[in-house]
Amino acid sequence: MKVRLTSIQTIVACFVLCSLGLGQDLASFEKRTTVKKLANGLTIIICERPEAPVFSFFTHVDAGSVQDPMGKTGLAHMFEHMAFKGTDTIGTRDYAGEKVALAKVEEAYAAYIAERDKPVDRDEQKLKQLEQSWKDAIAAADKFSAPYNNEFGKIVEGEGGEGMNAETSYDETEYFYSFPINRLELWAYLESERFLHPVLRQFYKERNVVIEERRMRVDSNPIGRLLEQFTEEAFAAHPYHRPTIGWISDLNSFSAADAQNFFDKYYVPSNMVVAVVGDLKASEAMPIVEKYFSRIPTRPKPDTATTTEPAQNSERTVVLHQQSQPLYLEGYHRPDYRSPDDQVYDAIADLMSNGRTSRLYRALVRDKQIASDAAGFTGLPGNKYPHLFAFYAFPIPGHKPQEMADAIHAEIERLKKEDISDEELKMIKTRAKANLIRSLGSNEGLASELGLYQARYDDWRELFRSVDRIEKVTKADIRRVANQTFVPDNRTVGIIEFAPPPPGEHPELVTPPQGGGQ
Amino acid sequence: MKRALFSLFALVLFFSGNVQLWAQAPAWQQIPVPKLPAFHPPQPKRVELPNGMVVFLQEDHELPTIDGTARIRGGGRSVPANKTGLTDIYGEVWRTGGTKTQTGDQLDDYLEQRAAKVETGGGVDSTSVSWSCLKEDFDDVFRVFEDLLKNPEFRADKIDIAQKGMYDGISRRNDDPGQIAGREAAKLVYGANNPYARVAEYATVAAITRQDLVEWHGKYVHPNNIILGVVGDFDSAKMEARLREAFASWPRGPKDQAANDSEFKPDPAKPGYFQVDKTDVNQSNIQMVALGITRKNPDYFAASVFNEAFGGGFSSRLFNDIRTTKGLAYGVGGGIGASWDHPGMLRLMVSTKSKTTIESIRAIDEEIADLATRPINDEEIKRAKDAILNSFVFRFDSPEKVLQEKMAYEFYGYPLDFLEKFQEGIEGVTKEDVARVAAKYIHREQMAVLVVGNVNEFDKPLSSLGTVNKLDIAIPAPPPGLVPEQGEHP
Repeated sequence: MKVRLTSIQTIVACFVLCSLGLGQDLASFEKRTTVKKLANGLTIIICERPEAPVFSFFTHVDAGSVQDPMGKTGLAHMFEHMAFKGTDTIGTRDYAGEKVALAKVEEAYAAYIAERDKPVDRDEQKLKQLEQSWKDAIAAADKFSAPYNNEFGKIVEGEGGEGMNAETSYDETEYFYSFPINRLELWAYLESERFLHPVLRQFYKERNVVIEERRMRVDSNPIGRLLEQFTEEAFAAHPYHRPTIGWISDLNSFSAADAQNFFDKYYVPSNMVVAVVGDLKASEAMPIVEKYFSRIPTRPKPDTATTTEPAQNSERTVVLHQQSQPLYLEGYHRPDYRSPDDQVYDAIADLMSNGRTSRLYRALVRDKQIASDAAGFTGLPGNKYPHLFAFYAFPIPGHKPQEMADAIHAEIERLKKEDISDEELKMIKTRAKANLIRSLGSNEGLASELGLYQARYDDWRELFRSVDRIEKVTKADIRRVANQTFVPDNRTVGIIEFAPPPPGEHPELVTPPQGGGQ
Repeated sequence: MKRALFSLFALVLFFSGNVQLWAQAPAWQQIPVPKLPAFHPPQPKRVELPNGMVVFLQEDHELPTIDGTARIRGGGRSVPANKTGLTDIYGEVWRTGGTKTQTGDQLDDYLEQRAAKVETGGGVDSTSVSWSCLKEDFDDVFRVFEDLLKNPEFRADKIDIAQKGMYDGISRRNDDPGQIAGREAAKLVYGANNPYARVAEYATVAAITRQDLVEWHGKYVHPNNIILGVVGDFDSAKMEARLREAFASWPRGPKDQAANDSEFKPDPAKPGYFQVDKTDVNQSNIQMVALGITRKNPDYFAASVFNEAFGGGFSSRLFNDIRTTKGLAYGVGGGIGASWDHPGMLRLMVSTKSKTTIESIRAIDEEIADLATRPINDEEIKRAKDAILNSFVFRFDSPEKVLQEKMAYEFYGYPLDFLEKFQEGIEGVTKEDVARVAAKYIHREQMAVLVVGNVNEFDKPLSSLGTVNKLDIAIPAPPPGLVPEQGEHP
């Protein structure tokens, strides 16, 4: 059961705010957490946790795929990949020469794209030549960097970096790894340099890598395919309807210059929070971190206004007929994470989904025995903007998606009509407290949470204060929010139905749902 | 900040004026790296009870929690083939089936009110019961843990649910190409019926009875077969007393029930090409596999350095050549796998679009051939060793990690200072060692090459490389009447 839950939520790649808290721990964190807003607008958080001579960091950039320009979906994620390509001093033999060569690549690419995308009178012969010129320009530029491929990552790994990676979601982009504590200054240099002098080298090869990532996560994965179609259907106006990984035609079109523009616009210091947690003292570490990060020049904060998703007012459904086993998913629009009801939604998710006492497990898995796993969760596909509260169920062999829908709706009706019990409400609140405590025991986890809360609320303390809000959730709140939210016209349904492969396409390799019509 | 009017030149303009030339060492190398302060992580206290139970106590007072895990010798590899899946069912129903006095549902309510967990599980060489609770609830939760160890009930209704869950998993196992590749590659390396590769089928799961679970428990769950590790906010002396009180009178069981369980009889496939045709994907999952080694093998240290340099992270040859330079893959990597008490899998893997399938296999072939003509060089060796040694502290940067290491050494009969030995071992690895290990284990002609992909879209037929064996992954039908009838399909 756990495995499934994790897999669907991983694919969703949503950032569900952990809105659980504990007041009494705040005092301890006040003492060891220091925040400084640098003159350029960048925020540094240092949290002292002297358990072992190591530290972890998260660089949180307040820009995600929601900020992708029209026709250039996937650009935020693409830039994230480029942030591992080095700088003007890391990853090159001769930057002055490389700079000129990279400009030629962009020039050649623009000429190629202009011809390729001509609506009429495209000259195929000329197109071939232009493509060749572009490839030649790439080969010329690569000569400067090839001996230093992945130099940035190599330095981090060789110096003992652990868990180096980055994540792009709809809402934000995060970069992270851990280092032994004696590399604090080296880290401050490398991480600031990466956003001070990024060089978008080897862009078009990396674009192919990203396209392979799309093939893996979406094109060749049934749940990935469903989520993409489902999210597209659920959002008509807000950019949440576009995939973070990007549409294939956009991936095959955008340029390094586009990525550079994205960087220039959104990777501004006032849009960034850097959280560092580990065996360090703020009094000693802050000046080092400040010295390096304050080099990033101030730039204007970008306009991040987006269309607000209008009320849905109609039930929508997507059905995918696939050579894979059935799955049922539904989502309801809800307000963003700043809603006063945010914790009520968290409480509903916990009640419906958390463990074997959860209502959906008991109804669908234990009692009706029609599903192998069923749950509800919030934060699809992000939560910074109005988004979806979703439910899903995996029917066991012999059962259909419609049975999942009926059973989930019966549980939703219960939520609307009857108060939850005292024991259930207490359980939700106790769990919230325990979950927060457990999240405080690792440098990585803390850096991620403190950075996120600071970015989202401009105050990391909200991580702890939200406990008060979940403490205040009442039975009436849960009924009210359920009645407001879980109505058919606010619903989008996504279903995978098993379909046999087209005739002649190796039908022996695909097994229909067992017991079904054979 | 000036912005270019035409985006085409933004790249150039942005950097003009920012160019810095470094005459000597690159800037990053000029930053001082002080010596890492000496760090002696807390070591758990090891106690052996008179009945043979081994206990590790690891205090960690950072958070008000106490967690514990009992690992019990004997796992899936000891199950008869016609009951494959038994330890999965056992690992679930041990907990959901409750104890003699409380049903699993009652335990669920009792524990969730305390935001606590007691969970059981089954693996290939062991099963486990673990708990996790706030310190204030320790007595309440530990009682459940103890009761489950000694008095499980395996109620029939929960066996039924567990079996249905397994049937569901079986029915879905061909939906994801990565899952297919992992499963079939293991079968090629160990043999389809080998305990390290075989998979549960409808019939083997249906054959599992409550009696099987009761007998399994009776056979393996004895104090002398258990390693118990506890970590958290407690006093070791008091915890030890509490554990002695709970377990000292538990009689020792028959000796060494699981002693021969690691006996290994691989029945590997012949080297060659193996193909699974999946028409609903546009990317091929390629795995080139053979038998790997154990960590007891003296070559383990050199193999670890080789793996880092050849197929590990950003610095590795496979990543640099196949991903960065050729742009053929998002996922690429691999190495000589090392398991604790049986040979692991040597595996090189790459996922690439259908129409570069053969090209990517050839690219890996080239990397392998290069190992002889262009051996891993001094710079690569240094970087690989640096990566392992400089990040070494992350293997013991929390009391819980230290505890888990020690429990693993105890379980598999490794010296308790194996971690220190590992560090020394890595430090001693030379370029010659790495070349020797590469030559000894990486034999392209002995590998089985598995491709899960959309065969009609390949750049060339797989048969252009050699004889192709088509793998039949169709799921054997369930015994009649096992799963309910479903209506007609679209």
